[in-house]
Amino acid sequence: MTQAVLPPQIPIAEALKGDPSRRRRENFIRRLFLGAAAVSVLISAAIVLSLVGRAVTFITNVDLGALWTSGWFPRRGLFDIKTIVVGTLIVSLIAMVVAIPLGLGCAVYLSEYARPRVRRLLKPILEILAGIPSVVLGFFAITFISPQIVQRFFSGSSLFNMMAAGIGVGVLVTPLIASISEDAMRAVPASLREAAYGVGARKRTTTVKVVFPAAISGIVASIIVGVSRAIGETMVVAIAAGATGGSIFQLDPSQPGQTMTAAMTSLAIGSDQVKGGEFTFESLFFVGFLLFAITLALNIMSERFVRRVREKY
Amino acid sequence: MAISPSTQDVVLARLKGRRVDLKGVLFEALLLLALLLSLSILITLMADVLRGGLGVLTERGFGFLTAGLATFSADTAGVKQGIVGSMLTLVFVVLLAFPLGIGAAVYLEEYAPDTTFTRFINVNIRNLAGVPSIVYGLLGLALFVEVFRPLTGGTTAISGGLTLAVLVLPIVVITAAEALRAVPDSIREAGFGVGATRWEVVRSHVLPSAAPGILTGTVLSISRALGETAPLLLVGAITGYIATGGQSLVEQMRSSFTTLPTVVYSYARLPSQDFREVTSAAIIVLLAVILLVNAIAIVLRNRYERKW
Repeated sequence: MTQAVLPPQIPIAEALKGDPSRRRRENFIRRLFLGAAAVSVLISAAIVLSLVGRAVTFITNVDLGALWTSGWFPRRGLFDIKTIVVGTLIVSLIAMVVAIPLGLGCAVYLSEYARPRVRRLLKPILEILAGIPSVVLGFFAITFISPQIVQRFFSGSSLFNMMAAGIGVGVLVTPLIASISEDAMRAVPASLREAAYGVGARKRTTTVKVVFPAAISGIVASIIVGVSRAIGETMVVAIAAGATGGSIFQLDPSQPGQTMTAAMTSLAIGSDQVKGGEFTFESLFFVGFLLFAITLALNIMSERFVRRVREKY
Repeated sequence: MAISPSTQDVVLARLKGRRVDLKGVLFEALLLLALLLSLSILITLMADVLRGGLGVLTERGFGFLTAGLATFSADTAGVKQGIVGSMLTLVFVVLLAFPLGIGAAVYLEEYAPDTTFTRFINVNIRNLAGVPSIVYGLLGLALFVEVFRPLTGGTTAISGGLTLAVLVLPIVVITAAEALRAVPDSIREAGFGVGATRWEVVRSHVLPSAAPGILTGTVLSISRALGETAPLLLVGAITGYIATGGQSLVEQMRSSFTTLPTVVYSYARLPSQDFREVTSAAIIVLLAVILLVNAIAIVLRNRYERKW
């Protein structure tokens, strides 16, 4: 053992601070990491700034009557907001009709019924489904879902229709709902299930009356995230819902329609710069801002629900 | 009092349940049906794509991978530019999103005091992860294509790559933060106990322990970036294709571009049956790449996953 390293003239508090160069390095590195974390704030600011500026230009310059007409034809100066908002709602509604039963069914089975080995086998397969790019599902929607399912049950539907797009989006959202609500149900402590079994409840009763209510915040959160994802989904709708260029206002899901996201892609492609009537290019940012605001509100809502689960267990 | 045999029977029958729980069985069957239906969608999708595209792939083999974009004749259409473009854009994801994302995660988990600002950054990152990808396309269009045009050259692979990097950044941060959180505090305390500074503890103990989890997250974000289409359409991916005739890397980066999923999209928009097959073949290539990347992530996770 060496003797105490401290030269006696340095007070201990000073010595404990350590080598100044080491401290400088430490501070420098901390600032570096802080900078990396601050980038996310910059990105958010950049998103809001890039959307708001042009959205405001659009809304203050466009003839307000053009926002409530018979359809969405941006290149002709007709920006009927209700066409694309209602189209988005129809597609999302169909998507949720597909995704909620499928996703929750998968979640309940995997969390409550599947044996560990079955679960280990099936879960990665669901993850693969979650990893399928949306372009691929869009193509699948026009080559399979539309001709084999939609047109079979609804004669007279067009090949490109909102229902096929909705089902395709639903398939994309299913693994998302399944994985979030499965996590929520697995977070329910085993003691609750055992208490139910202890008073003689059956598996189904335990699942439906004990586990499901205990996990309800997480399940609701998964559905809200699913809705937000369905509203923001682009490629499936852009490929399968038809209506490139524009669409009249209509509610029939067996016909082509336009959603906010699909309206944005069709505005953006075809030329290196969006051409057309006045403020057509700005309308892209206006729709983007609308989409951003809606999904942000939904995400904040689901965040609230998730936090409630975390506080409980 | 002795229990009469009949009482015993009754009690046993009660304990076993007098009848089959029909509703229970039905309920389980319904759940299983939901799961099997989801899996059958995946199988149908794969079968549909394979049936459509395998012919093209076996017939043309590597020729399909090395043939360029062609919108008039399906016989000469290929995915070469898509593969090159996807690789070029991924360079930005790897060089920008990974270090920035991991750095942010290290700050939030290891350095950040529990202040309002820290909590704001956390909420902000989670919200960024939920922003629809097409909105990132608008950001890319406004920021990288227009504001930084002198640097990026407009609708180029640089703009596309930067957009993708921004898009996957929150995913990298969230997964890396999760991996760091899983490292037990005893590891850190052991480091501090022997007089190491925070950075020394992070570098020599926390990061190596969290590396498998971080790696899994980064690999998954690569697969996400590989499949994204919508934001790239907004920064101009569809219009151009990458020059693949022996230009320097910088020239390639500064020319117009396309990526594998955008190639799929441009083929999917062509109506003829021949192009249906070409689209399917391109999808097989895309899915093969993405599944390979995902498989790497799953293997990494299973092999190095550590329970503390």
